Amino acid sequence: MGFVARLIGKARRSSPWLLHFDCGSCNGCDIEILACLTPVYDLERFGVVNVGNPKHADILLVTGTVNQRNRQVLAVLFEQMAKPGVVVAIGACALSGGVFREAPNVLGGVDRVIPVDVYVPGCPARPEAIIDGVLLALEKFREKE
Amino acid sequence: MEVMLTAGLSLATLPVAILLGGLLSGIDRRLTARLQSRQGPPLSQPFFDVLKLLAKERVVTNPWQAFAPVTALGSAALALVLFAAQGDLLVILFVHLVGGVFLVLGALASGSPYSQIAGQRELWQMFCCETLLFLIAGGLYLSTGSFRVSGATGLPAPLLFRLPLLFAAFVFALTVKMRKSPFDLAGCQHAHQELVRGVYTEYVGPHLGLLEIAHWLEVVLYLAVGSLFWATGWGMVLLPLAAFLAVIVLDNIAARLTWRWMLGRGWGVAFVLAAVNLFWLKG
Ligand code: SF4
Repeated sequence: MGFVARLIGKARRSSPWLLHFDCGSCNGCDIEILACLTPVYDLERFGVVNVGNPKHADILLVTGTVNQRNRQVLAVLFEQMAKPGVVVAIGACALSGGVFREAPNVLGGVDRVIPVDVYVPGCPARPEAIIDGVLLALEKFREKE
Repeated sequence: MEVMLTAGLSLATLPVAILLGGLLSGIDRRLTARLQSRQGPPLSQPFFDVLKLLAKERVVTNPWQAFAPVTALGSAALALVLFAAQGDLLVILFVHLVGGVFLVLGALASGSPYSQIAGQRELWQMFCCETLLFLIAGGLYLSTGSFRVSGATGLPAPLLFRLPLLFAAFVFALTVKMRKSPFDLAGCQHAHQELVRGVYTEYVGPHLGLLEIAHWLEVVLYLAVGSLFWATGWGMVLLPLAAFLAVIVLDNIAARLTWRWMLGRGWGVAFVLAAVNLFWLKG
């Protein structure tokens, strides 16, 4: 691999901008995600920036179950992300539907609609586990090169 | 021969200015993190951000979005080179204005309401900054008899003593230009809910990266204008640095205000200060 390619790979792994989408969660996992950005965990030391725009995001964090109403929104957000990007599903709900999986309107986990690269379990997922998941997602960039 | 040398030296300032701009942005993020008792990203973070953006996929929904970033970067770079060549401050300001106009054009070319609102606010911000900078150019003329940047160097006493109120107006303009609170109305990093990313919302990947570099260069240009107020010895570095740090501290202790406040109270007061200074120089 040439020097430039290696430099770009390093830049990608050093500068993950996150988009957080609440797909229908109970808000438990979302609070834990925001906790990662507070002084206690300070995800910004890894270059993480929480953005509000799918077009600027490198990592899509999804919490909550997918249902008939929000599957379209999730698919559009994923489509709007500029490549390369990775998807991290957070919490039991995003993995499989969790406690809501039997509900008539629920489709199940996030991977029913878009491809998921990293699964972070927990109900809610702990901030440490979320940070682990984000760092694992950075390694996925290496695989995608 | 001499012209060639000046041109070469002035062009050589560009890479230096890009490095300096990125470093200043890194200092900004690190200092802000410290003020919030966080550790913050490494100083090299802005360079990684820009490199990553440049290597991302191109997504263009409107040709203006591809054209505007190149123009914005070109105009900021040309303005800086002219400054390094000790050119005419009025020309430098006009050249620099072009980039801002194209940034807004690109933002307004998209249908996104966030870009639309922020584009209009950005026009007001440009109005605030540019009028004050033109008054500073006027102050330079009244005290040195020339609009040329070279006039400020080699004065017996720093210009700051003759233009103290204009310097206060300059710090206001710097806050607006750096997109810092309380005037981060048009392209702030932290206004997800109301603005997303303001004028930058619809620029993606490489185009956003170019705009980021253009913004670094603009900040460096402003700080260079600030250095005219003390154009001898260490004061040339220390005075703009102090202004820069003051803006970052202000960013961390102030909340976002409305554009009406910026225009009415902020610009109004700064304009009066600048005008008083000019009349005082004349009389
Ligand atoms: S996994 Fe648990 S905490 Fe997270 S959204 Fe589902 S129910 Fe809430």
